[in-house]
Amino acid sequence: MAERSWSFANVFRNVFGGAEPISDDTWDDLEAALLTADFGPETTESLLEELRDAVERLRVTEVKELRRMLRDSIEDRLAAFDPTLKLSDRPAVILVVGVNGVGKTTTIGKFANYLRSFDKRVLVGAADTFRAAAVEQLATWAERAGASIVKPQQQGQDPASVAFQTVEHAKSEDYDIVLVDTAGRLQSKGGLMDELSKVRRVIEKQSPIAEVLLVLDATTGQNGLAQAEAFIEHAGVTGLVLTKLDGSAKGGFVLAVQQKTGLPIKLIGQGEGIGDLTGFTPHVFAQQLVG
Amino acid sequence: MATFGNLSQRLTDTFKNLRSKGKLSAADVDGTVREIRRALLEADVSLDVVKAFTAKVRERALGDEVNRALNPAQQVVQIVNEELIEILGGDQRRLQFAKQPPTVIMLAGLQGAGKTTLAGKLALWLREQGHTPLLVACDLQRPNAVTQLGVVAEQAGAAIFAPEPGNGVGDPVKVAKRGIAEAKAKQHDFVIVDTAGRLGVDAEMMKQAADIRKAIDPDEVLFVIDSLIGQDAVATAKAFQEGVDFTGVVLTKLDGDQRGGAALSIRGVTGKPILFASTGEGLGDFEPFHPDRMASRILDLGDILTLIEQAQQAFDEEEARKVAEKIASDRFTLDDFLKQMQQLRGAGSIKKMMGMLPGMGKMKEQLENFDEREIIRTEAIIQSMTKLERENPKVLNGSRRLRIAKGSGTTVTEVNSLVQRFEQAAKMMKTVAKGGVPQIPGMGPMPGAGGGYAGKKKQQAKGKGAKRSGNPAKRAAEAAGKSATGGSGSGFGLGSAAQPSEADLAKFQQMLGGR
Repeated sequence: MAERSWSFANVFRNVFGGAEPISDDTWDDLEAALLTADFGPETTESLLEELRDAVERLRVTEVKELRRMLRDSIEDRLAAFDPTLKLSDRPAVILVVGVNGVGKTTTIGKFANYLRSFDKRVLVGAADTFRAAAVEQLATWAERAGASIVKPQQQGQDPASVAFQTVEHAKSEDYDIVLVDTAGRLQSKGGLMDELSKVRRVIEKQSPIAEVLLVLDATTGQNGLAQAEAFIEHAGVTGLVLTKLDGSAKGGFVLAVQQKTGLPIKLIGQGEGIGDLTGFTPHVFAQQLVG
Repeated sequence: MATFGNLSQRLTDTFKNLRSKGKLSAADVDGTVREIRRALLEADVSLDVVKAFTAKVRERALGDEVNRALNPAQQVVQIVNEELIEILGGDQRRLQFAKQPPTVIMLAGLQGAGKTTLAGKLALWLREQGHTPLLVACDLQRPNAVTQLGVVAEQAGAAIFAPEPGNGVGDPVKVAKRGIAEAKAKQHDFVIVDTAGRLGVDAEMMKQAADIRKAIDPDEVLFVIDSLIGQDAVATAKAFQEGVDFTGVVLTKLDGDQRGGAALSIRGVTGKPILFASTGEGLGDFEPFHPDRMASRILDLGDILTLIEQAQQAFDEEEARKVAEKIASDRFTLDDFLKQMQQLRGAGSIKKMMGMLPGMGKMKEQLENFDEREIIRTEAIIQSMTKLERENPKVLNGSRRLRIAKGSGTTVTEVNSLVQRFEQAAKMMKTVAKGGVPQIPGMGPMPGAGGGYAGKKKQQAKGKGAKRSGNPAKRAAEAAGKSATGGSGSGFGLGSAAQPSEADLAKFQQMLGGR
């Protein structure tokens, strides 16, 4: 990994080195760069079209200028949605969902820590009763973050009942924020998706749900959109969390996800450390993508 | 999932355009190649691999191969499929065993790829084959990964070696080394080393993985990768190849609806074979990888290979030859009709077979409505007839029909409609036997009409019934094309991209035995 010639920033450096004029090669390289960053053929085409129009209209000739335009264009598209988390309810219940292995439990650990730094009383609910040792994993995170945890009373307990008990406990003990972890599920599994709808329904009997966060792995390709669509339908997702951005993947697919679904990205995970979670800023994100 | 459906549709449309042409122009090929490129990109195949792939397809498609072909579209699909399989690794490779046990298998991959779960699946799979695997917990990073491996090991009924509690405590290299010693001491013949998830760009962690590898000298290093991964597959695979030099790949989460283009990228970039596919959360959801089937999945051209295999097994060639002769001599009877149908049923669930056909995706709903018991009912009706009636349906008068209806637990109307369907089928058979083009619903005009298949049938009609195509797939197609039900026949026609309309499907159902 000494040389990261494939990285998006590098590709752009190649594309945008110096004051060279825009040529056919520029467009080819640009297309390749966008595709390699997982923007997907459709978004790539629409971005390129927009840029071509703008270049024509504004009579832009320099590659450098084109780069700035691309950054702005991506930023505009990302900034079209409001990334603030709405946590004004007490308790504010946050349900965390996603496919397997995207980093739901880790995100909850980091998020709990973040909220604790504002002196909020945080309770986490271990409603992932399926995966081996998921409860213990969450418990470790809760301990690190200084949050309390509600665990299932028995092996393989119905996740909805754990969620219910968590919210009930939060209400009686006056917690500020409740984070409910769920088991990972592929969006094509109808039965598991229905289970998620049930978890949601059951929580709502106690208290309105403030946020449903869908965790997406930045390495995911074009399937990310299918994931988002299915989870919106079954869990009523209100925001996205993009994880594993510390790797080589850029997560360009989120642009398509945002546009198709109108969901804002609310949080970004960039490592396994407890502090590696930040809010989402379109400007910074676009900057990182384009370099 | 909208994008997938659209793409598959677009590709099918492109092929349809090709089909209507006798020859391919460069522009046709370019158009098709563009669609394929897009489809591959949507399927998350890496850009470099896509470029190399489309260049090759284009070259072959423009070569003599296609111009001489009778059905260009068919040829293009074939080229695409062949090339896909080629990249995916042709034949499957098996797990390498050590000459001197224990065989050591090390797992490596990104976070959340499914390594720990896979360790359990692998252990169960090995145990089922009579081995005694030992799981070694070297993921000391992620909170409670060791606990998870313990649970998984228990479920798989395998032994576990976990001297360190994990959660950041302990040295994975030492644990790995001691694990091998433990296996030797306790006579385990397989050791599976689970490691922490790591990013390709994390130099320190990659070095740790390399150190583990050096310390235990594994017989197989399996790179576990999430099949949901996008363009980053290439960067990650390269990083792991340089870091731990894996010997094989395992694709996980293949039970989702993603296309899994990553498989293609990884093969294309690293040249390492994909050994296993993991297809669910249960410990038993684990199987050797089939490159050919993955190829079909990536381009959504349907599981044609499986279909051909099944049809070949089920279709008794001798029987088919007899039928062909009978058709030629105009003696196609209800008995033959029944046999054909039973053979088709032997090929497995018709619903399943139709589901495997390319372009059938959008017709799933109708497939759901299709009642297989109709065929059983039809069987019952024919079986309630006497020998005379079956040979010569013309003798079926009102009282005979009533008797048959009572005998088979159906109504006279149903018997009537069966006789009608049979007559239609017989008529169709005759047309084919005389060398004409049959109107089989769902097929549109026969592929290569006037040439290939029809020509061969003409020969059969002249009494050379024994002469069949040397190509087993074609042979099955021929035979199936002749069968009254036409079920698998349309399947092979579809390989060349005919897209049956909904009305066609309805007709098809009717022929199979619907009302």
